[in-house]
Amino acid sequence: MKTTLAALKKGQKAIITDFNTDAIPLKLLEMGCLPGNEVQLLQIAPMGDPIYINVSDSHVAIRLETAAEIDVILVTE
Amino acid sequence: MAGSTIKIALIGNPNVGKTSVFNQLTGLNQQVGNYPGITVERKAGTCKLPNNIKGAVLDLPGTYSLNASSMDENVVIELLMNKNDKDFPDVAVVVTEVENLKRNLLLFTQIKDLEIPTILVINMSDRMEKKGITLDVPYLEEHLKTRIALVSSRKGTGMDHLKDLIVNYTHLNTEPCLNASSIDPEYFGSLRKTFPQQLLYKLWLVITQDANFGIIDMKELQGTSFTKTKSELKRLQQKETVKRYQFINDTLKIGQTIDTTAAKDLRAKLDRVLTHQVWGYAIFFCVLMLIFQSIFSWSSIPMDWIDETFAGLATWVQDSMPPGKLTDLVAQGIIPGIGGVVIFIPQIAFLFLFISLLEESGYMSRVVFLMDHIMKRFGLNGKSVVPLISGTACAIPAIMAARNIENWRERLITILVTPFTTCSARLPVYTILISLIIPERYVLGIFNLQGLTLMLLYMLGFAMAILSAWILNKVLDRKFKTFFVAEMPNYKVPMFKNVAINVLEKTKAFVVGAGKIILALSILIWFLGSHGPGDDFNNAEEIVTAQPESQSLPENELADKVASYQLENSYIGIMGHAIEPVIKPLGYDWKIGIAIVSSFAAREVFVGTLATIYNIGSSGEDENTIRSRMEAEINPVTKEKTFNFATGASLLLFYALAMQCISTLAIVKKETNSWKWPVVQLVFMSGIAYLASLIAFQLLQ
Repeated sequence: MKTTLAALKKGQKAIITDFNTDAIPLKLLEMGCLPGNEVQLLQIAPMGDPIYINVSDSHVAIRLETAAEIDVILVTE
Repeated sequence: MAGSTIKIALIGNPNVGKTSVFNQLTGLNQQVGNYPGITVERKAGTCKLPNNIKGAVLDLPGTYSLNASSMDENVVIELLMNKNDKDFPDVAVVVTEVENLKRNLLLFTQIKDLEIPTILVINMSDRMEKKGITLDVPYLEEHLKTRIALVSSRKGTGMDHLKDLIVNYTHLNTEPCLNASSIDPEYFGSLRKTFPQQLLYKLWLVITQDANFGIIDMKELQGTSFTKTKSELKRLQQKETVKRYQFINDTLKIGQTIDTTAAKDLRAKLDRVLTHQVWGYAIFFCVLMLIFQSIFSWSSIPMDWIDETFAGLATWVQDSMPPGKLTDLVAQGIIPGIGGVVIFIPQIAFLFLFISLLEESGYMSRVVFLMDHIMKRFGLNGKSVVPLISGTACAIPAIMAARNIENWRERLITILVTPFTTCSARLPVYTILISLIIPERYVLGIFNLQGLTLMLLYMLGFAMAILSAWILNKVLDRKFKTFFVAEMPNYKVPMFKNVAINVLEKTKAFVVGAGKIILALSILIWFLGSHGPGDDFNNAEEIVTAQPESQSLPENELADKVASYQLENSYIGIMGHAIEPVIKPLGYDWKIGIAIVSSFAAREVFVGTLATIYNIGSSGEDENTIRSRMEAEINPVTKEKTFNFATGASLLLFYALAMQCISTLAIVKKETNSWKWPVVQLVFMSGIAYLASLIAFQLLQ
């Protein structure tokens, strides 16, 4: 199922397919947030934003507005 | 080689234990300073290497890659790009961590492209077994074209092997591990042809970082086909990153095996509690209370002791040295000046102790995660929490703590609003004014009214910081999109050595940095207060003695009266008189004016100055004496008490809101690299303070 990283539920895993390069900080790419890599949503902050993800073994927090620019395909287990 | 020195640079991602490796190598042989012109911390130290060789170790700021997104990261690139820099390393030691090897190796491949002799340190090797990780070191060494040292900075193992590798750095392979230019052969091919003298990767960094690093003239590049739009560059950088990860993944596929069943995660369990909707905030609130408790309650014991010691020392110098200008300078200018700095050491040390414990353990990142959404609405960043908390001790280290906010706009707003938080220098002023105007009564049986007022003032500080952030957020233009990327490191038990060294170094930096300004201003204010133009100042003793009402006074009261008369006619007294028309609508007379002018060195000078003005100098700065004298003070015009409720409230507001700290202005100038922002801060804060005090006094009068 195609969706964006911002729409994942807690604990869900997905594969990154594409993103809007101009809207993503380079630092996030360098942490391993690249097409083809697996991403898991670990925690959502109490007010729904930011989110805390594990992307190819990097644990990072990003804002929803950034996550919405990242396209993913859900991994069904 | 014996007797020579090898220059070593430690480079690595944040949270890999790079500083622990540095501490293991150098012990206490380290100095923390600043890079010239900017306030990025420069940590350097020395270590003993085999064969009597000395190592000069530089601990570079943590960075994720050679594409800088903050001031700290820029330092790393600037150094590695400039072969002529006196710090340019003979050997680069890239520190990585066994659990995040993949991501850590990205920076390593970039450093290798600079063709500097490079050693790879894999830290926390003691955790490998627990995490089910095995490494094929010879394979990795061959494919990464380097030598590897497996170390545990926590247990101190592997350091000797690292030192051996450092000594033999000339044998290291300096070839890059991969050919990154294959992402666009045409572009990089013609770049190489045009600048055959330069390293290709260096050129690429010059183009992408939009800075020239002194290797080639940017003008040579401009107008050529090598400049690209930001968007095109970013696409290429993305390709480059993918390419590097491909190489790293291929290498680790054979060189590293992970048995995932062995990995039991403490992280997930702790995260569930610490970032929980309710528990997350409750725990954070408790941690904050603990920090406040330590700053206000526990540190008062050493602070009282320091206060008494310096007061005693000043009296002793005054009594035992021959009377004269020099004695006065030492006893009234220098000693109280140094005392005014030293008194803050306990609070600052406690604050840094907590902050480094929170950071070392990994908890601070969870606070950043919890708070980002709230802070974002006010143009701040989750990372602004640290400066705002630190501001309750002192704005100077707090403003320096804003450095790890990558986004310039959010960092600037944080810097500008931090001085509103109630720093410890405001406390003595609050204490005395509250005791004057608020009755010591209990409401609802348990709440002390005076204590409640103090709490209200703290909340006012935070509220003003948030409110001004909101205003600045509306006013400042949004040139760049704001980003928030915060790494959530693994939880760790803080290492005593790291915390102790951090507290020691940060406190030292504060004492030396802010101390110089406070001391200089204390001496200046002493001078202005003890010198004056004209006969009124010089002949104060004769004039006062000749007054009929002075005849019956005992000797020490007469001396106090002379001192007070001198102060009124000194330069600072004249300044107090000069600003009286401006401050009169706020309910202040010229005496309070003097206290406000002298508060510019540090706010707590207020109390001491009033002691001198109300000629009770000889009884010392005893709070009760000052209090009763202030209470008895009558305004000669209105015939009412000077420190009535209206004036007291107006003064409290003024001290809560005004920018009265030269040291803070100096640090803001340094951090923002322009005079514009400290001036904006001074005008904005003092303007608000004036208005608020004016309204309060006029309404309450």
